[in-house]
Amino acid sequence: MTRPGEGRRGRASGTVVRYVLLVVGAAIMVVPFLTMLSTSFTGQAYVLTIPPQIIPNPATLDNYAQALGTQDFAGYFLNSAIVSVLATAVAVLLSSMMAYGFARFDFPGKEVMFRLLLLGLVVPAMMLIIPQFVLAKQLGLVDTLAGLVVFYVAGNLAFNTFLLRGFFASLPGELDQAMQVDGANAWTRYWRLAMPLAKPALGTVTIFTFLSCWDEFAWALTLIQTPDKATLPLALSLFQGENSTQWGLVFAGSVIAVIPVIIVFLVFQRSFVQGLTSGAVKG
Amino acid sequence: MSSIVSRRAREVQPASRARRRHGWIGLAFIGPGLLLFLVAVVYPIFGAVQMSFFHWQILAGAVSEWIGLDNYVQAVRDPLFWSSLLNSGVYMLLTVPPQIVLGLLVAVLLKRASPTQPIFRALFYLPVVTSWVVVSLLFKYLFADQGLINFTLHDFLHLMSQDVSWLSSRWTAMIAICALGVWKGIGWSMMIFLAALQGVPESLEEAATMDGAGRWRRFRVVTLPAIWPSMVFVIVLLVIGGLNVFTSVVVMTNGGPADATQVVLTYMYQQAFKNLDFGYGSAIAVLLAIIVLILSLIQLRVFRDRSEVAS
Repeated sequence: MTRPGEGRRGRASGTVVRYVLLVVGAAIMVVPFLTMLSTSFTGQAYVLTIPPQIIPNPATLDNYAQALGTQDFAGYFLNSAIVSVLATAVAVLLSSMMAYGFARFDFPGKEVMFRLLLLGLVVPAMMLIIPQFVLAKQLGLVDTLAGLVVFYVAGNLAFNTFLLRGFFASLPGELDQAMQVDGANAWTRYWRLAMPLAKPALGTVTIFTFLSCWDEFAWALTLIQTPDKATLPLALSLFQGENSTQWGLVFAGSVIAVIPVIIVFLVFQRSFVQGLTSGAVKG
Repeated sequence: MSSIVSRRAREVQPASRARRRHGWIGLAFIGPGLLLFLVAVVYPIFGAVQMSFFHWQILAGAVSEWIGLDNYVQAVRDPLFWSSLLNSGVYMLLTVPPQIVLGLLVAVLLKRASPTQPIFRALFYLPVVTSWVVVSLLFKYLFADQGLINFTLHDFLHLMSQDVSWLSSRWTAMIAICALGVWKGIGWSMMIFLAALQGVPESLEEAATMDGAGRWRRFRVVTLPAIWPSMVFVIVLLVIGGLNVFTSVVVMTNGGPADATQVVLTYMYQQAFKNLDFGYGSAIAVLLAIIVLILSLIQLRVFRDRSEVAS
């Protein structure tokens, strides 16, 4: 305050340092993605050359044509889309119902049930993969997309319910009671009143669930055995394992897998931030 | 004052009685989800513990043999189990501190609102939303013998006298796997810290500035205690996540060369789904869960004590 000139100079140089650090950091984050994009347009003969080609010359669409044609990445994309959309819809519906039940009603055993649900937040998913496989085998779900959907829904219930319950509990109970006086039954109050008001929280939950399904690998690796039922992450890893040098094709498939994620992320960035921070504050 | 309270009490009472009377409606809302959760998550938790005491037979009709603690004894005597545990531990130790320090650094740099802030935030967060398989393939490519990492460090910056074959020996491969872990995770810790930093009242920092506190001291005395709960949250979750490393190892090295980069979960997976020893795999899973639980409890105890000392 007493030496404003020095303070301003310090702040200006601080801003420069700040931007240099941020730009370097952001470059490190982005360069791998650009490498992926560039390689996906590069012919097999020009992959992994020294010095690396930043802009592929000659550029080619062959990798994409091959990925979508002979390699059936369109089919894997469809599998991923079906599984992720179905699992997300069911998971959001079931967990919002649970959250509403926990937030608005009292019943015997409520505390125990909620504690049980919290168990699902603590136990790492990978620890359950062996008994879940045995269970899926008993239920006849091995090598089916339905088996993916069922366990993706189950795996997302705990976190979603936890987050949504907090939101429902914060809605004023008077609205609920007013509708009840008007003769609205519990389902109407949940579907017509609570759900529309919970849109921001539902958005967060929907995005997180969709991405966790879209990106999931370990369970798909375990459950799916015939190639035409593979989801994108599984197909990519299997393809690279068998054709270890066809990087152009691998990354054309990767770009196809990543584009929906980036679109969802950029469009719903605000919900992302909200969801993460509310998770941090309450968790 | 008292009349308001009593009126509110009168209003609340019939409502809560109604709540109890309609308890079955609450159960109906919870029922479908809870049933699925019990079958697909809770039952397998007990299943894992149960299976770890058996010589488990996966074939239909075959009888599994109860062998008590034999699977656990086998784990303790298995050098590969210990080396995989060491690799997981090394991964955790090498990825958690950089994610915290760098995530916090980026968050501090991005704290002040500016037109470029959302762009940088999105760029740093991009790896977090990308699938583990895709980024693992990407890093396998970058760390290939003729990849971008060797080119940058050897031909471009001359930091290395020759190319390193990163993925073909244990510790260089672990470095590559850890580099991926840090790169993918910074955005997540940044986002949590960013939210926490925005909750720190500016008046506190201004007061510290008036008192003549330098930038570092201001950070240590004002900012750090204010974001401490978020810090504990991030540390605990990163430690759990670090010990759960799986996909990046499967894709980048598949545990090789010669099992040198097996981590606990890839080793568990190999035992269960390649050797079909479900009992031994389950024992390894249970051991890891116990380790994670103990570490989490220790951390919560230590960090709570420290925050009490600080306040």
